[in-house]
Formats: sequence, structure tokens, C-alpha cells
Amino acid sequence: MADFLLELRCEEIPARMQKGARGELEKLFRREMDGAGVAAGDLTIWSSPRRLALIARGLPLETEAVREEAKGPPLGAPDQAVDGFCRKNGVDRDSLEVREVKGREVYFAVIEKPGQSVADLLANAIPAIIRDFSWPKSMRWGDASISNESLKWVRPMSGLIALLDGEIVPCAADGFESGRTTVGHRFHSAGEITIANADEYESKLRDAHVIVDHEVRAGIIREGARKAAKAAGLTVVEDEGLVIENAGLTEWPVPLLGRFEDVFLDVPPETIQLTARVNQKYFVCEQRAPDGTTSLANAFICTANIAADDPAVVVDGNRKVLAARLADARFFWELDQKKTLAEHAKGLERITFHEKLGTVADKVDRVAKLARWLCEEGIVTADLQDWNSSENLPDLAEQAARLCKADLVTEMVGEFPELQGLMGGYYAAKEGLPVLVSDAIRDHYKPVGQGDDVPTAPVTVAVSLADKLDTLFGFFAIGERPTGSKDPFALRRAALGVLHVLGNNNLRLPLVRSFKVSSLAWIEMATRIARNDIRYRLREEDLDFGNVDGLRLRIIDQDLEFAPTNFVHEFTRLFRLWDYSERGSALDFFADRLKVQQREAGVRHDLIDAVFALGGEDDLVRLLARVKALQAFIETDDGANLLAGYKRASNILKKEKWEAPEDPSGKDLDGKSLSYTPETSEKALIDALLQAAPKAEAAVSEERFKDAMAALSTLRGPIDAFFEDVTVNDDDPAKREARLNLLARFTSAVGNVADFSKIEG
Amino acid sequence: MAASMESEVKTAPHESQSPPLPARDPSRSFQDMILTLHDFWAANGCVILQPYDMRMGAGTFHTATTLRALGPEPWNAAFVQPCRRPTDGRYGENPNRLQHYYQYQVILKPSPSDIQELYLKSLAAIGIDPLKHDIRFVEDDWESPTLGAWGLGWEVWCDGMEVTQFTYFQQMGGFDCKPVAGELTYGLERLAMYIQGVDSVYDLAFNQHGVSYGDVFLENEKQMSKWNFEVAETDALFDLFTKAEAECRNALAHDVPIAAYEQAVEASHIFNLLQARGVISVQERASYMGRVRDLARGSCEKYAELKAPEWAEKYPEWSLI
Repeated sequence: MADFLLELRCEEIPARMQKGARGELEKLFRREMDGAGVAAGDLTIWSSPRRLALIARGLPLETEAVREEAKGPPLGAPDQAVDGFCRKNGVDRDSLEVREVKGREVYFAVIEKPGQSVADLLANAIPAIIRDFSWPKSMRWGDASISNESLKWVRPMSGLIALLDGEIVPCAADGFESGRTTVGHRFHSAGEITIANADEYESKLRDAHVIVDHEVRAGIIREGARKAAKAAGLTVVEDEGLVIENAGLTEWPVPLLGRFEDVFLDVPPETIQLTARVNQKYFVCEQRAPDGTTSLANAFICTANIAADDPAVVVDGNRKVLAARLADARFFWELDQKKTLAEHAKGLERITFHEKLGTVADKVDRVAKLARWLCEEGIVTADLQDWNSSENLPDLAEQAARLCKADLVTEMVGEFPELQGLMGGYYAAKEGLPVLVSDAIRDHYKPVGQGDDVPTAPVTVAVSLADKLDTLFGFFAIGERPTGSKDPFALRRAALGVLHVLGNNNLRLPLVRSFKVSSLAWIEMATRIARNDIRYRLREEDLDFGNVDGLRLRIIDQDLEFAPTNFVHEFTRLFRLWDYSERGSALDFFADRLKVQQREAGVRHDLIDAVFALGGEDDLVRLLARVKALQAFIETDDGANLLAGYKRASNILKKEKWEAPEDPSGKDLDGKSLSYTPETSEKALIDALLQAAPKAEAAVSEERFKDAMAALSTLRGPIDAFFEDVTVNDDDPAKREARLNLLARFTSAVGNVADFSKIEG
Repeated sequence: MAASMESEVKTAPHESQSPPLPARDPSRSFQDMILTLHDFWAANGCVILQPYDMRMGAGTFHTATTLRALGPEPWNAAFVQPCRRPTDGRYGENPNRLQHYYQYQVILKPSPSDIQELYLKSLAAIGIDPLKHDIRFVEDDWESPTLGAWGLGWEVWCDGMEVTQFTYFQQMGGFDCKPVAGELTYGLERLAMYIQGVDSVYDLAFNQHGVSYGDVFLENEKQMSKWNFEVAETDALFDLFTKAEAECRNALAHDVPIAAYEQAVEASHIFNLLQARGVISVQERASYMGRVRDLARGSCEKYAELKAPEWAEKYPEWSLI
């Protein structure tokens, strides 16, 4: 048993790529060892900016010898066949053995594979690992790059160590021979360091001011930042991403705290934090006031890569850079406030939202209309939350929607795009707009991803929904649906966002009607472009999806009569750019997203299918309630057995190719019209159906899905007993017909609640 | 004997006519910093060039960088390039932003294996001690769609300040760089402000005889900012753009791609001026950029294709594609 050390050195590896590189190294090393039949066992993998290291403990020095036998042609087969068999197995004809197999004499080749030296295997494996290593971005360099075949790596390679049991595994990559020397810290260590074996690698590097274990470095930064903040009477704002990034930028991390001028604290704390984090990779700190409130402190923590002669010099340099950046941020903050958001919003006319969908100003207009409609229709209502505003909800929603994108043309968001929304919220508040409006501007992008806050304030909910719906419907209407892994406009995320907002607030959104309102906003825009003096207010009844062109002609006849021909043509072009028939695919898209979302929440997709298959459901909250009731039922004993009974009944009907009677709830259901006396279990099922079917139907129509399931559950006993006691395929054709009809009625009653044929299990 | 005679002849006038050369002090003089870099890179085998005599936005536009990055021939050069960024002008009122500033460019092809060490030694030469200051190589890739070029590398930080752009060119003019060239672009004013410990660029000591950067450039910044933003005759600029474009195509048609490339550089700067004058709309911007790109890439392509047979003959292992 031996330990193996591999170190691959190169110029500074981008911090963000180091985690992936460790995974890649492990994957490729295991691939090579598996291929050679060597158990790789536990691996230790480390990374720093200048090296990747792998230690495999307890590797064998030799693989075990293997004896393989291969069966060949029978004795007396043509020479050609026997020679071919020998060639294939690499043996001489003389060494073939003859054995009896099922009474025939057959040639056998016995191949002895001796044990192989693991050092040799590694010598072949290492160049293969380097060659096959996949980096997010890789490059060529140096003399070798004159040819197309030169090695690619993330940055130029500078050497490698390969030691098995303390012995060099001889191999080469990019002209570098493997060896046992490495280098220490770029500035704190001079010359080469000789490594005897895997055991001393970490400590020898530490002596040379390199902490090769990335997790140890992360710990030093995490703890060091906390300590530095504490020593200054502050708390560090924890940021694990920043810890890891700094660990990827240093081999000898030294967290240092510095201060910046108080005056910069006038700008929103998020901008300070972002400037410090994104541009400079600094942590920021918070201070606690005597009343317990916390606020951003005028302090930053940078992570140096040296134990500096005088840390104050390093801190002061960093302070200057941060000060220059904060001065920029303050300049933007003040400049932006010289205009109102409404004035900024005019600038949106110059920004293209999408080549086909017009400018951002056009989009904002559609969003504003949709947001107003959501409130006017009572889809988003004031009682979502305590509503203390004297203002009218639709007005507030429209106002917020019209301003929600204005910050995109501010200097601050130009500099830090990730502050979109947030800055709009700040500027709106500074301007003195209602809090409900500034909050809505701030939060309308939410929820952005998994775990993000979901808006609950009614104005915010309206704008958030309207923005996402407009994006979704717009891109679907111009034929830009996501395909496969391609979703350039993040429509999946938009749909998920809509689902979260609806679900969390228990809102009932008719999707097809929403699509119609979006379509109307589009047509109003098209009309405005053709004739600027007209401000259309279309209503839902103006657009008939069965005769879309009727509306176009009506607008042309009524309002564009005297407009120049090219304007009318432009109106028609825009009107037709929007594909009104896409509402179906938009709805399906929501259903698919719902399945994905609910699968993560543990809801079975087959149950969603079972409810969706009934059709006519575009209210996702109702659909989900139904699915959840169904799932709860299916997971009970009654449910599982009823499902089994349903499947059995369907199979029989399918096998008999039985056409259900036209009116399954027909008059003979009571059994009175039967030409024979039904058996007890048969009668029981008839009676149970008589009770349960109308109950279930009524419960579904009143959206009492649990009650519907309860009604169905009363059928479980009768259907089980029926199959137990009654022969469906009776010799008497009258009995057979009546019983098949009874089963058809049973499946139909159950199927009214959900399409049980879609349910698995 | 002959050699020593010659050196006597050369040194004699200096000894008799000039005062003794003062020791250079990059920490107290902007020009000494430049001269020290020249000394350093000259000693490391670089051709020390003078700036390209055209207005350009970055040292990368110098033919010693772009065109020389093409083809297999070794090339090591260093030079100062004045850069013009009309929209960065602040009428001399911002201590960090200038519409005219200097870049120090080093191009080493093929990229030597000790290029990072060479670079760090050059920093030490101008007075940056890596045990006093935190020097870091932070990922920063470079791309110039205009030149059909991209590369990987870092921005080099000194105590958190970006002082150099360090790039391994991977493509130029749409062609793979074979071999790859390493490009170092030092931000001279930034470095000098750091080394001299001043907060305004105008306070930099230009030399050791009391001349400041402001003495040399402040008036220039005021007047040029005004011209860039307010005065430049836009009709004439549009006209110049069109003429440069036409001349570029004319030069290409006559197989003189270096001349064509100069016209592309000219068109690029005229475009920047038009931007500063605020007369190019957002929609038009992309189209103008596309036109400049076509000129620059076209020139690079023509240059590479024209030279390819000669290069291939000299370097059998090389091929254009």
C-alpha cells in the first residue's frame, strides 16, 4: 500500500473555477483508476490560485494478476478461424488448450495477465487526466502555441509533482517532466521546495507560506474577518461566497480591517456593500446602536495575500481605492435624484426591450394596463394585507407599474445592474411617493429564484404579476418559446415567479383572460404607433379569439380611416406580429412549470396530469387544490383500492371494447329496470353510485375537493365486493350488458373528479 | 581594439558636453518611471518603440500589438501609447479621469514562461515592493469585438487597485494567435499616483525639476474636453468617418492592409468623438460599431492572408488556420 501525491501547478487560476477543477480532478483520477482496475479509495483534493493537488491514500503498488479464458472455435475448424482466434487473444496456436464442451472438443485460449505496476499505470494516467481536463475557459501559451496541437489549460502550466510512495512517477505534460520540487508563496518563499512524500506535502508548503487546503484558508478568512470586526466593536456581514472567493485568490490569507470616510454612508448601504464586494472583494461590517438597531459601519475588511511588513500600508492603499469607488457611487446617487422617476421613465423610450416587442416604455405601458386590470377585476385585492391606504388600489398599482423600470436609465443601475428595482425604490421614497408604490418598485422583480421573498403587499403583487405575465405572453406571442435547454428570456423563471406569487397569496388568476388583456394592451400600442393622438381603451369583449381580425378591421374602419396608408400598414404588421393563438401553449407552459414546481414540493406530476386532462382549467390555484386533495386521497387505503378498482374496471371495458352507454347517469341506474334480480354486491354498487356520483359532481363544481374525494371513497368497499362476488362476463347476455354498463358508469363517475387513467400505480 | 575605440568615440561627447546623468527616481518623477520601464524592458530584449502617431483609444490599437500579434514571427516590443477617450473627459475637474492619458504596453511573442516574474521585476524596478504591497492576479478576460480579438489573463492588483491588464492573446483579427503573445498594459498615471502617494493626477511630479502633470496637461484637458463635448463640428466628423471608411476599402483593394488598418483606427476615433458629441443614437451605435469592426477585422485579415505564404515558408510547423 502506498500514498500518491499529484500537484499540478500553473499561473493564477480564477477563483470561481477552483471548485469545479477539484471535482474534475477527482472525476478524471477515478476514471483512470477504475479503468485500470485500481481502487482509488479516499481522495484528498486541494486547490489554491497556483496549484491543484490530489492525494490518494492506500493505493496498491501492483495490480493483481488476472487469468482469463476465452472459448474459441471447435477442433477441426478451418485454419483461418483458428488463426484469427489466436491473433485476437494474442496467443500462439501451440498454447491453445482443447476441452470438451457439451460433447464437442473446443479450443480454449488461456491468457495470463500479470500484475501491473501502479506507477506505470499512473505514468499513463496523468497525461490523460491533463489532456482531458475540462475548464470553463482554457487557453494556449508559449512556444508550443505555434502549432494547433498545443496543450490547453486554464492558464500557462508551470510544473507538476507525481510521487507514489515517495518515488517520482515519471511522466510529462507540456514539456514539463514530473518531479518532486514545487514552489512556495510567490513573495514569501524563494527557490524550490523538495517534497519527499505525500505526508509532508501540506506541512512543507505551510513552511513556505502556502496553505494548500482551501478549506483551511476559508476558515482563516471567515474567522479572521469576524475577529477583526469584533476588535473594532463591529460585526462582519457574513458572506460565504466572498469567503470562498478570497480563499481562491490567496495562498496566505490575511484579513485586514480598514475604515472609510463617514460621509459615504449617506448612499444606500446596498450600493456600498455591492461596490465593496463586487469590485474589491471586501467584506463590510455592521454596528449596533444602543437601541439595538444595526446599520452599516464605515469599515471594510480586505484579504491580503501577504503578511505585510506594515499592514497599515496595504490597508491604506485599499482604502483609497474604495474611497474612489464610493465617491463614484455618491456622485451617481446625487445625480440621479436631480430628476424624478417619471422623468427618468421617459428615457425608457430609447431602450429596446426586444426587437419585436418594442421599447421598454412600450412594455411598461402594457404592464401598467395589466396591473390595473388585475386590481379592478378583484384578482389582486386590497385585503391581501392590512390596507390602510386611502388611495385606490388600481391607481396605485398603475402608478407603481409606470415607474417600476425607470431606474434602468439611472446612472447607479447603469453601473450596478443588480441594483435594479432597489434603486427605483430608494429614489421613489426620496421623491416622497407613497410607500406602497416605492415598495412595489423595489420588489416587483421578486421572487427571483428559489427561496427568494415572495411579494405579499397588494400593489407589489399586482406589478410583479403584470410584469412577469407581460414578458411571458409577449415572448410566446412572437414565437420565442423556450426550447430544450434554451431559455434566453428566462421565461421559465418568470412562470415560476407567477406560480409562487399566486400560490403564496392564494390568488385566482384566469390565465386565458390575462392573455387577452395582454393582447389588448398590445393592440392599443399598435394603434398608438399608427395614430399618436388616439388613446385606446379596449375592453375584453372587444376581442373575440375566434375572430381576431374582426377587431383589426374595426379599428381600421373606425379610427384609422384618414391615417396615411403606411401607418395603417404598420398597424396591421404590428397587430399580426402577436400570435393570438399562442394562449394555448402559454397555458400548457404554465402547467409544465407547475408540474416541475410541484414535483419539488412532493406533488406527483401524474396527478397534475390527471386533473389537467379534464380540460377547461386555467385557474392554477384551483387546479392545485384539486391535485392536492387527489394526492391525499390516493395515498389512503381507500384511494389506492379505488384506483385499483378503477383500473380493473377500465381494463375489462377496454378488453371487451365496451362502449359506455350514452347517458351513463341514465334512468336504469337504480337497477329497477334490470331484467333480473341483481346480486347483493351488484345492488350495493348500484346504490353506492347513486349516492356518490351526484355528491362528487356537486362537490367538484363547488370546489369542495376533499368532499369529492370523500364521496368517491364510499365506492371503494362496493367496487371491491363487486369484483369479489360478481361475474361480469356472465353467460346471460342481459346480465353481461348490464354489468359492463355498471362498470362504465363507475369509471365515468370517478373520472369526473380526475382522469384516473393518468395516475400511475 | 576596434571595439574599444568605437566606445570611446561614442561616450566622449556625453562626458564633455552634458551634465552627468542623474539617478532615476520613479517614486518622485513620472518620466523617470517611464524611463525605468524602458530600461527594464530594453534590457530584456524588447524593441523600445515610440507612440503610434495617430489618435487611438488604447495601446492595443498600435500596429506593434495588433498586426504583430498575427503570424509566427517572434516579436518583443515596449512603448508608451497616448490614449484618447473623448467621453472620459472631465474638463480637468476630476482627479482620476482624463480624456488623454498614457498606457505602457509590452508585447512578448511567444509569451515567455517567466513572463509573470519579468512583470513583477518591472514593478520592483519602479519601486513596488511585493512584501510591502499586496500584489494579486485577479481573473479578467479581454475581448475586443472591433479587432476580432480575445484573450485570457488578469487584472493585476496592487493593494486593491488595478494597475495592469495582463493578457494572453488567443485570437486577433479572427485568427488564432500562433504563437500566443503576452500583452502587459500598465496604467501609468494610476501607478505613478500610487507610487508618488498623490490623490490627484494633476499633482503628479512629471520630472524632478518641479514640473507637475497638471503643468503639462491641465489646460489640454480643459480645452480638449470642451472640444470633444461641445465644439467639434459633427457634420465634418460624419464626413471624416465616411471618408476613412472609403479609404480603408480603397487600401484593402490595393493590398496595402497596414494603410487600411490606419484608416480603421481613424474611423474608430472619429466614432468615439461622435459619441462624445452625443449625436449617435442608441440604435445607430451598434451599426457604427459594426462598420468599424468590419474595417479593423478586414485589415487584420488582409494582412494575415498577405503575409501567410511568407510565414508558412519560414515556419513549416505554422499554418494560418
